[in-house]
Amino acid sequence: MTERLFEGADWDFHTLQRITDACEEVALKDLGLDVYPNQIEVITAEQMLDAYSSVGMPLFYKHWSFGKHFAYHEASYRKGLMGLAYEIVINSSPCISYLMEENTATMQTLVIAHAAFGHNHFFKNNYLFKQWTDADGILDYLDFAKKYVVQCEERYGRTEVERTLDAAHALMSHGIDRYPGKKKLDLREEEKRAGRRRQHEEEVFNDLWRTVPKGASKTRSAISLERRRKLLGLPQENLLYFLEKSAPRLAPWQRELLRIVRHIAQYFYPQSQTKVMNEGTATYVHYRIMTKLHQQGRISDGNFLEFLGSHTNVVFQPEFDDQRFSGFNPYALGFAMMQDIERIVTNPEDEDREWFPDIAGKNDVMGVLRDVWANYRDESFIAQFLSPKLMRHFRMFHLHDDPEERAGIRVDAIHDERGFRRVRRELARQHDVGYIDANIEVVDVDLSGDRRLILHHRVIKGSQLNETDAKRVLQHLADLWTYDVALIEVDANDKVLREYVVSPRPITAAA
Amino acid sequence: MHIIDRRLNPGGKSLENRQRFLRRAKSLVQGAVKKTSQERDIKDVLEGGEVTIPLDGMHEPRFRREGGTRDMVLPGNKKFIEGDYLQRSGQGSAKDSGPGEGDSEDAFRFVLSRDEFVDLFLDDLELPDLAKRKIAQTESEGIQRAGYTTSGSPSNISVSRTVRLALARRIALKRPRKDEIEELEAAIAACTDEDERLVLLAQLEKLKAKSKRIPFIDPLDIRYRRFQTVPKPVAQAVMFCLMDVSGSMSEHMKDLAKRFYMLLYVFLKRRYKHVEIVFIRHTDRAEEVDEQTFFYGPASGGTLVSSALQAMHEIVRERFSPADWNIYAAQASDGDNSYSDGELTGLLLTEKILPVCQFFAYLEVGEAGGSAFDLSDSSLWTLYERLRNSGAPLSMRKVSERSEIFPVFHDLFQRRDTTQEKAAP
Repeated sequence: MTERLFEGADWDFHTLQRITDACEEVALKDLGLDVYPNQIEVITAEQMLDAYSSVGMPLFYKHWSFGKHFAYHEASYRKGLMGLAYEIVINSSPCISYLMEENTATMQTLVIAHAAFGHNHFFKNNYLFKQWTDADGILDYLDFAKKYVVQCEERYGRTEVERTLDAAHALMSHGIDRYPGKKKLDLREEEKRAGRRRQHEEEVFNDLWRTVPKGASKTRSAISLERRRKLLGLPQENLLYFLEKSAPRLAPWQRELLRIVRHIAQYFYPQSQTKVMNEGTATYVHYRIMTKLHQQGRISDGNFLEFLGSHTNVVFQPEFDDQRFSGFNPYALGFAMMQDIERIVTNPEDEDREWFPDIAGKNDVMGVLRDVWANYRDESFIAQFLSPKLMRHFRMFHLHDDPEERAGIRVDAIHDERGFRRVRRELARQHDVGYIDANIEVVDVDLSGDRRLILHHRVIKGSQLNETDAKRVLQHLADLWTYDVALIEVDANDKVLREYVVSPRPITAAA
Repeated sequence: MHIIDRRLNPGGKSLENRQRFLRRAKSLVQGAVKKTSQERDIKDVLEGGEVTIPLDGMHEPRFRREGGTRDMVLPGNKKFIEGDYLQRSGQGSAKDSGPGEGDSEDAFRFVLSRDEFVDLFLDDLELPDLAKRKIAQTESEGIQRAGYTTSGSPSNISVSRTVRLALARRIALKRPRKDEIEELEAAIAACTDEDERLVLLAQLEKLKAKSKRIPFIDPLDIRYRRFQTVPKPVAQAVMFCLMDVSGSMSEHMKDLAKRFYMLLYVFLKRRYKHVEIVFIRHTDRAEEVDEQTFFYGPASGGTLVSSALQAMHEIVRERFSPADWNIYAAQASDGDNSYSDGELTGLLLTEKILPVCQFFAYLEVGEAGGSAFDLSDSSLWTLYERLRNSGAPLSMRKVSERSEIFPVFHDLFQRRDTTQEKAAP
């Protein structure tokens, strides 16, 4: 029998090292995972709260909203409303996992298996992360961002910087390129470029140019509508990008701030699209590793039971009429699907062969899973791999709530032969970020007229914008654009449902 | 593979964010602080603590969609079949919002430290008459005993400490005592046997040599008294609490007064390193008492306000030189005074009290529920009003409800143009 990794609940750094080595062995040899180098950091509860409030990042620029989140988390933590996460893991290379010092040795093993191998593998291999995030560069870039914000505050005043950041934050969820057209971000290069840009601007600055008389302007008609739209890159759904490139009166440093917020939003974009998969992967991996360690006798029966307790809590899925229900638990759904795939691959039934001819009975569990982890996001993953057996297991059903319908909420489909495909499609759609977020685009700028910026919100299923919030966001947008902004909500037939027009606030008044 | 212990890293990384948040939410927090302080005992309130802030004012807007037709897939179907209808209200209808922070954060409890609390509490208050505060901010040095040292000037030798150390050393090193030698000498004198005498003589020599080697007082023993200079704050203030405790003052009125004094105390404490409080209660005669007696001791009798002022004047003369002390007085009364006392009171105030006071506040307390303004003015109020109209630096307010205390206090001490206060002829 192999030597135990630890006894009881206590651990020290030596134990952590042994745990990590043991996990690594299983992860790399048995599961064939491919991970970034790991860095494991032990932190206190307070530091964990710190990390929470700055979206989990070890370094971040200063802003009041992070203070607000900290206060909010801290208050609910103190009141016992909220437990802290056992870990936070950062998609960077090396991949940083934070462990709480309060965790028992079993929990530390669980967390290391979960974060340092499960999440880590997912970050490194999933196509979305490969496409959109630069794990090598992110920490340096955040460092740059933090310093840049400080510099701006020194030069242009804290209020000014805060106003720009507030506006950028309000538009953050619309500061994302949803479809890869350009090459992946290289954040290190990005940082260098920002430096060079600044330097260049300083070097070539010559106030005399201001006094040079301008040539005759082109006639208005010369720029046709189509050409104008093309020049401005319209329609454009990345509002932050549009403002950064085209807002007429922003100072260069403001553009740089918008750029920073946009890059950070883009960095987190894959995470929001892969919650189910990411957590499912990590949970599946920790489950496999822990089981293996137990089989090898490196974890005692008692500790393994403790692990099972935590694991069960994590993957618990309350039913819809349960007090505790708050939507699908990504851990539960993800883990169940991963296990289900394992079953289909190794021990399929006829139904599975019919639904999943490609993988049923293929017997190479890890091969199939690694492929799945690399090539799907939540929406496509569910659309492809949610099996009838699992739908029956969760007793899923699809509700359609039409406010016009007097009789109530209609049960549209249930977990039966007729309903499987509809339930699955609908659940997949619920996990499609592109479908959840409001579809807002810049469609035109009236350059020859009053320079009003025109945006469209394409309303889906009659779901319009919350009015109060929309006005506030538009106010921020107008302040950056410095001319009027109009947002028009149109339905699928281009019928106008509602229109907002917001004028920018005079800068002096707000300063 | 790196394992790093970050626990020793300085915490409070979010402190600055927290401060930014507080600065931004200042008016909200201030409102919350005031509200909290009305509900709780002032003493507890100033321990800092939780305030509830509506998060609405700190809202971070995002484009959010709402309404329209909704589709959702839920787990846990037990009895529905396709085509069933669920009632909208009640158990059947499901929530679709995620567990995130979203809309659920309308308000949250924010824990303020003591300092943050008091700062916000007193933020826009200012003591009137800043003249002396300028001086008050400088500090003079004082001298204080601070143990012993091995070096110093001869005048500072501490004899007792030196002797004590010498004695200890002598005992430790076994220095022969004087009577030991004498005893030996006597023995030698009395000795008849030559051999024995030689042995004794050798012993004597040894003892004498030893006592020479080990001096009675060694330089090592000497200790000097040590003094160190400590900054002696000049920033000091004394607050006189004058209260009428005659039978007409009800518990409610005393409570109002107490709250006012508490606020004043905390406020002064914030500005000065040392704040003294003098409690003077009076009926038809005045006495200086401790806090307990002041607020809770029973007393009855006629009312002579001048007695309290006289007492205050004497205490100032004895203990609080106006050159060194910032003097504040707050008088609480229901406003009744003997008719005959009016003139003396006015005289004492204008001649003796007001010239040495930074600020004199008069708080007229009324019964709960009674509006302070529908009664005809009390005799004291009338008197003070007359004084004030003739230019005396008096502030006066009427209070009858607990909740009015803070606003009144705030009103009295609101940061204002100091020249205005003084400009009165």
